[in-house]
Amino acid sequence: MVDATPRADDIIPPAEVPELELYHPKSWWTTYVFSQDAKVIAIQYAGTAIAIGLVALVLSWLMRLQLGFPGTFSFITPEAYYQFVTMHGMIMVIYLLTALFLGGFGNYLIPLMVGARDMVFPYVNMLSYWVYLLAVLVLVASFFASGGPTGAGWTLYPPQAILSGTPGGQSWGIILMLVSLIIFIIGFTMGGLNYVVTVIQGRTRGMTLMRMPLTVWGIFTATVMALLAFPALFVACVMMLFDRVLGTSFFMPALVEMGQQLSYGGGSPILFQHLFWFFGHPEVYIVALPAFGIVSDLISTHARKNIFGYRMMVWAIVVIGALSFIVWAHHMYVSGMHPWFGFFFATTTLIIAIPTAIKVYNWVLTLWRGDIHLTVPMLFALAFIVTFVNGGLTGLFLGNVVVDVPLSDTMFVVAHFHMVMGVAPILVIFGAIYHWYPKMTGRMLDERMGRFHFWVTFVGAYAIFFPMHYVGLVGVPRRYPELGDSAFIPASVHDLNAFITIAALIVGFAQMVFLFNIFWSLRHGKEAGPNPWRATSLEWQTPTTPPPHGNWGDERPVVYRWAYDYSVPDAPQDFIPQNDPWPQKVPAARQA
Amino acid sequence: MAAALVLVLVVVGSILFHVLSPWWWPPIASNWGYIDNTLIITFWITGAVFSAVVLFLAYCVWRFRHKDGQKAAYEPESKKLESWLTIATAVGVAAMLAPGLYVWSQFVTVPEDATDIEVVGQQWQWNYRLPGADGKLGKADNRLVTFENPLGINPEDPAGQDDLVIEAGELHLPVGKPVRMLLRSIDVLHDFYVPEFRAKMDLVPGMVTYFWFTPTRTGTFEVLCAELCGTGHGYMRGTVLVDTEEDYQAWLEEQTTFAELAGARKLAAGKP
Repeated sequence: MVDATPRADDIIPPAEVPELELYHPKSWWTTYVFSQDAKVIAIQYAGTAIAIGLVALVLSWLMRLQLGFPGTFSFITPEAYYQFVTMHGMIMVIYLLTALFLGGFGNYLIPLMVGARDMVFPYVNMLSYWVYLLAVLVLVASFFASGGPTGAGWTLYPPQAILSGTPGGQSWGIILMLVSLIIFIIGFTMGGLNYVVTVIQGRTRGMTLMRMPLTVWGIFTATVMALLAFPALFVACVMMLFDRVLGTSFFMPALVEMGQQLSYGGGSPILFQHLFWFFGHPEVYIVALPAFGIVSDLISTHARKNIFGYRMMVWAIVVIGALSFIVWAHHMYVSGMHPWFGFFFATTTLIIAIPTAIKVYNWVLTLWRGDIHLTVPMLFALAFIVTFVNGGLTGLFLGNVVVDVPLSDTMFVVAHFHMVMGVAPILVIFGAIYHWYPKMTGRMLDERMGRFHFWVTFVGAYAIFFPMHYVGLVGVPRRYPELGDSAFIPASVHDLNAFITIAALIVGFAQMVFLFNIFWSLRHGKEAGPNPWRATSLEWQTPTTPPPHGNWGDERPVVYRWAYDYSVPDAPQDFIPQNDPWPQKVPAARQA
Repeated sequence: MAAALVLVLVVVGSILFHVLSPWWWPPIASNWGYIDNTLIITFWITGAVFSAVVLFLAYCVWRFRHKDGQKAAYEPESKKLESWLTIATAVGVAAMLAPGLYVWSQFVTVPEDATDIEVVGQQWQWNYRLPGADGKLGKADNRLVTFENPLGINPEDPAGQDDLVIEAGELHLPVGKPVRMLLRSIDVLHDFYVPEFRAKMDLVPGMVTYFWFTPTRTGTFEVLCAELCGTGHGYMRGTVLVDTEEDYQAWLEEQTTFAELAGARKLAAGKP
């Protein structure tokens, strides 16, 4: 049975260590800028990530304009197109999604949800943000450097990434990109250690691991994975930087560039791909697992029903996290690695579909016999299920080695990963912002703007990426600034491309409504009160909303139950907060 | 209500789009019909799962939407249901993986009688090399690439003297005969991609990669580069013609050997 409701013999142990004193800010600067409060750091992370994400959004418009109406915009040269593609991908994956889920939601939610006063290393946590900001600034600097940013594709495959045939390859672009990634990883490591140690050591009394909300499980597992995966990218970046700047040959074989023999020799381009994807595949789940966790909590809360199969959900998160480290070479089926690897990696890749499918079943079964409130967060959660199932299923095409052969490097791949790790997690981010904004600000986001934003984003994003799979089926390769007049590409594909571009522009502009809503509701939103969704998890039980530094007033909460006691039979309300000892009269903690 | 309806429309719309779409792969021109079949099996299985999940979702949203006085059920878990779903999923996954791995074992097993054809990529053109009368390709190395020797063929290796060199030209292949494409790059990664052949593989500088196929119909096909290789990536096109045996032999006669090419270029450059 799930570790759910308290029993009579369920004695909460007394606190073993006294509380530590938090650093108390002494000025405006240490309260709002160089803050050590995880909640302020979370907002700094989120604000920076969304700001740089908007840059990536504009880049995607420029790319789509070129693809939809090739030749119309003379300033989008092939060089510029590749720079847009590269920076769009890198920003979205690393600087937006990773930073927002872990640095943003991780910082805000972990301490509150486990009943801690703050992260365990607040000073290091503060540094983590400032190092992240530096990484973003270095990245932005590459737009203004001579030669512009790198156009090597977000995968940065050598040798082309550091040669003159690629934009930024022999100028500052690639150097700044690699340096920025190195700085990002340093900053992330500081934050990541904090999230992991806080979950392990900082939980309040009674908060056993199997009582934690799935949001915490998702962010925790993703952070552990990131701490193991990012070092592979870190060394790959350092090695490529050496190849570029010092003339080493880690990834560079003997080669001839534009008729000139280069002095490189003996290195392996495929080694880089292994390092990159040893990071890159877990990275997909680093983005997906927090989304899995958050969406579980959104569905449970807004359907007023416990998450179905909680233990299975936790184990699925952990198993997916572990398996994701042995599937990386499915990105390399046609890379020229030994073809026998295909048997192994296709098998592991398809096995990972099983725990992933279990998660989908359990989300849907949570809705079964629920009391579904179609709030804006719930709508986004439903849309996540649709897009994630769609993107996950096309993953079975690409993971199955022989089916991948015709589809790899086509627009099918672009459609697949945008659906599964672009649209799906971003829908969760939106749902989560609508859900937790009242806790962060004390006010609700405007419902009508929210619904408009939801419908345009969901229907529009599906209209962009579902047809794109068929462009790939035709055989159109990815990373082509224009298709030319190839005989195998029917003219109607150009019309479809124009349609996709128009849909992308509409969806992009709908995000401005969301941004406006965020600022407008700060002043004009409806008063939220401490627990507007009538949710069980601890962040909704703070004595003050928004919670101040230290979160809990005089005494930290004591936890008696799991986070999913919704609609418990005979209970006075349709939810029982985690710190409510019902049906016991005397709180167990006081007995101890 | 609207939400449930939109979910149903997503399913119906996706299926209609799939059925009515004029966008489908170009007619196959190689022996890899098995790949197309595996793809179609995958479409059926995934399409069924997608429709089932989203329609069930739509039903739940419609049936269990909030009404006054409604209360959700309390059911933490069901071992039986979860086990059955896990088993059903595993069976579905196996039904896709088994044919996939079976076809992959054919993909990686090159027939004994396959002819070797070398593709040499460079920014941003396709070059080819065919074995001469001896049926063997001579050794090659990027260190040996010069203006006279654009593919870096080792002049010391007698097997290489009669190799046919096609620089930035068209490749011809005989219909119905298996070929092993040996892939080499003299600068960056490329990928030899002909949509009608279904098979593709990266060209990696510093190593020789390969794949095999049998052209099954005559015709003219476009070669594209499918691995980002710099600014000219989208324009790195070539042409493959699949010929009847007679046409192929006639074409072979017209090609230049390595020995002839190197001699002519040395003369042109005024070197001894």
